[in-house]
Amino acid sequence: MRDWNWVDALPKSWAFLLRVIVKALLLFGLCNLIFAWLYPMVFLGNISLYGTLYPARQRLPFYDGNDPAQSNSVSLNNLPALFASHDVSRAKPDDEFRVFLIGDSNTWGWYLENDETLSAQLTEADLTANVQDIVFYNLGYPVMSLTKDLLILDYAMQYEPDMIIWLVSLASFPPEEQLVPPLVRHNQARLVPLIEQYDLSINPDDETFIQANFWQRTIVGQRRQLADLLRLQTYGVGWSTTGIDQFIPENIPLRQSDFETDTAWSSYSAPAELSQENLAFDVLSAGIEIAGDIPVIIINEPMFISDGNNSDSRYNSFYPIWAYQQYRDLLSQTSRDNGWQYLDLWDSIVPQEFTDSPVHLSANGTGELARQLIDTIFENED
Amino acid sequence: MGLSLSTIAVFVAIAIIYAAIIPAKWRQWFLFIASILFVYWLQADIFVRWLDFFLPTLSLIITVTSWYLTRSSEQKFSTQDKLACLVITGGILILALLRFVPTDYRLLIISRPPPLQFIVGLLVIASILTFATGRFKWRYSFLLIFLVAIFVMLKTDIFTIQISQWLRTWTGQDISQAKAIDLNWIGFSYLAFRLIHTVRDRQSGLFPELSLQEYVTYVLFFPAFIAGPIDRAERFIQDFQTLSEKIVFSERFVEGFTRIAVGIFKKFIVADTLAQGMSLNSINAAQIDNLPGAWILLYGYALRLFFDFSGYSDIAIGIGILFGIKLPENFAQPYTRTSITKFWQSWHITLSNWVRFYVFSPLSRYLLKRKPKPSPILIVLITQSATMIAIGLWHGITINFLIWGIWHGIGLFIHKQWTDRTRAFYRKLKNKLPQQLLADGIAWFITFHFVVLGWVWFALPTLEDALSMFTKLFGLS
Repeated sequence: MRDWNWVDALPKSWAFLLRVIVKALLLFGLCNLIFAWLYPMVFLGNISLYGTLYPARQRLPFYDGNDPAQSNSVSLNNLPALFASHDVSRAKPDDEFRVFLIGDSNTWGWYLENDETLSAQLTEADLTANVQDIVFYNLGYPVMSLTKDLLILDYAMQYEPDMIIWLVSLASFPPEEQLVPPLVRHNQARLVPLIEQYDLSINPDDETFIQANFWQRTIVGQRRQLADLLRLQTYGVGWSTTGIDQFIPENIPLRQSDFETDTAWSSYSAPAELSQENLAFDVLSAGIEIAGDIPVIIINEPMFISDGNNSDSRYNSFYPIWAYQQYRDLLSQTSRDNGWQYLDLWDSIVPQEFTDSPVHLSANGTGELARQLIDTIFENED
Repeated sequence: MGLSLSTIAVFVAIAIIYAAIIPAKWRQWFLFIASILFVYWLQADIFVRWLDFFLPTLSLIITVTSWYLTRSSEQKFSTQDKLACLVITGGILILALLRFVPTDYRLLIISRPPPLQFIVGLLVIASILTFATGRFKWRYSFLLIFLVAIFVMLKTDIFTIQISQWLRTWTGQDISQAKAIDLNWIGFSYLAFRLIHTVRDRQSGLFPELSLQEYVTYVLFFPAFIAGPIDRAERFIQDFQTLSEKIVFSERFVEGFTRIAVGIFKKFIVADTLAQGMSLNSINAAQIDNLPGAWILLYGYALRLFFDFSGYSDIAIGIGILFGIKLPENFAQPYTRTSITKFWQSWHITLSNWVRFYVFSPLSRYLLKRKPKPSPILIVLITQSATMIAIGLWHGITINFLIWGIWHGIGLFIHKQWTDRTRAFYRKLKNKLPQQLLADGIAWFITFHFVVLGWVWFALPTLEDALSMFTKLFGLS
């Protein structure tokens, strides 16, 4: 067969075979050592076809647990790669007023198309500020942890925001939740300077951090991360041809409305007194400090308020009333004390507009939230 | 279990053991026993209880029965055949005894085998049927109908679901969970093609006399068991019979490893990367909303299919070489071809050859002998369409595979008419380089896109999906 003539021309001896195998192993070993020494994951993360070959993504890539072929997405712990695929990484035009939206799955737009998310509906309003077009960027990431928000905010500062809107909810505040997201656990090197600089109450040597040793920094050790980087690029074809980056089922399951007589929340089995110290207010404060002169508006995001069974003790499946009310008071008081710009929209959306969880809004609900934000924050801008 | 990297590693490790310690005179027996055991090992886990043991057992029983029925009248039941029969029966029974071994220590099979009485009963019934029909006049036709009937059942979802429901009723499982995938009989498509080849060649007197050991190893040869290539028995046996001679393993290993390495690169790097969102599937076909994107995904699918399947073939050929069997080539740069005829001479070559031998040629002969004889054009149309429909339905009995077969049948027919009428024109171009290059370029473009557009039928499960995709490809949606 003419295609395989080159194989016939190879020397057919054990010595040749041995030489090939030894050289291949040596080369592979050497490449692994050089890779571990250089550890170019940040460099590789910055290499992206998004924004050039494919249109950039409008929200950070996140694998929703369905068939990746349906969602064209993958979850990564490589922050540069996440941002390199996002529209925010393009150069900032002079006539653009950039507003970053940071938050959890509510901000990211769980079960919402890209044009239905909060940032898209805000941008759609064609707002201007001092003759500049206001463009809203969705930097939400669908896990609940203020430390995860802090990491994203800190990294996003290089993309020159003019304003930051930070949507928060109580579930992001418990100290034990701060290091749970894999994105946080894999970014110890980025987080530790923040912990030290802002004196955060997070142990910089916490054993949940995943710190790659020398062997884990090799190509073999990083094979999963490298495969994910590659998959992020290959899923760009699907993303660019369909505009889909999340699988949305036809029938979205509905959040719980009836509850057991249970007042437990987070690590508390019974009502207790909450304080700034046992919630991650220090992380919130650090984020505002990182932003410096850039205005940060803290929003207590809307949540589902049930009127079902035992709704006298729980607002929803996430929050018992005792915990949530203390949290609201604390957030309001702390904002006042520190001069933070704060907006409490906790009950601003009707219950019918919540979908599968107490913080996930429908497209209409998100539109209503966008209108309230515009009315409150941007009514005087022009 | 498919041909995964771990499967390949196991095959390579066994090849090294085979080369290093198996004496030359035992090599044939080694391959024979390995082929029997790997039929079980390669079988995927199935939700219907015991079926992942019964299906490989049936593969063995059907193979032995086919050997018995296709022996020539002069061929004796030799001592070696009796020994091979004993090895097969003993192998099945020993594997069945793994029922009593805890899951963690059970080798070769994942699920717990059925009770021994079922296996013994199956073997007894199969033996009685085999001996009873051994000299039956219509045994060849009976065997062919039997193989085709199983094939049709396995390729038709309504049958497989119905059979799964029966089996689930018998095993006391929930029949509402019955799915077509429950009858995932690994290797049967290729097994059936090899068996039909032996039966048809025996009918026409062309088939060589093979011992049971040779026959079983040919039909179940493990590197080619899952996805081909489809070797011919007389060619396979030439290699098999020289295994006991002195082999220069260094030659085999250089060639074999090279083929395996190329195959792994094609299959696990190129094809699997293309499979990560860069090629057409029923999901993104429904999601896609623009013309360039539709073409990109279709090109991606065409490349993925080639690299996946030809990579598989390279690995199978490479592993075969390690064991001393040179399986036939299956692909020869098909996407570079300048006509649909040449494409089918270089895409899944062993399947194309099989269908040419056992569908095209007999049908052509039949039509040519008919009185009144149909017109030559009609004969070409019927034979080429029937051949390609057979290839299409071999992949699955669905409307889309049928249309895909007709698509290529008509393509081959039109190409034949075109070449018959333009032969003189092309002959004149022979020494005119620019014109010839231009003609070849146009021919390649048309051929490639004809094939690529044909993959729409192949890739998408329903007629509606395929038609919708065509509207997107041509900006009509």
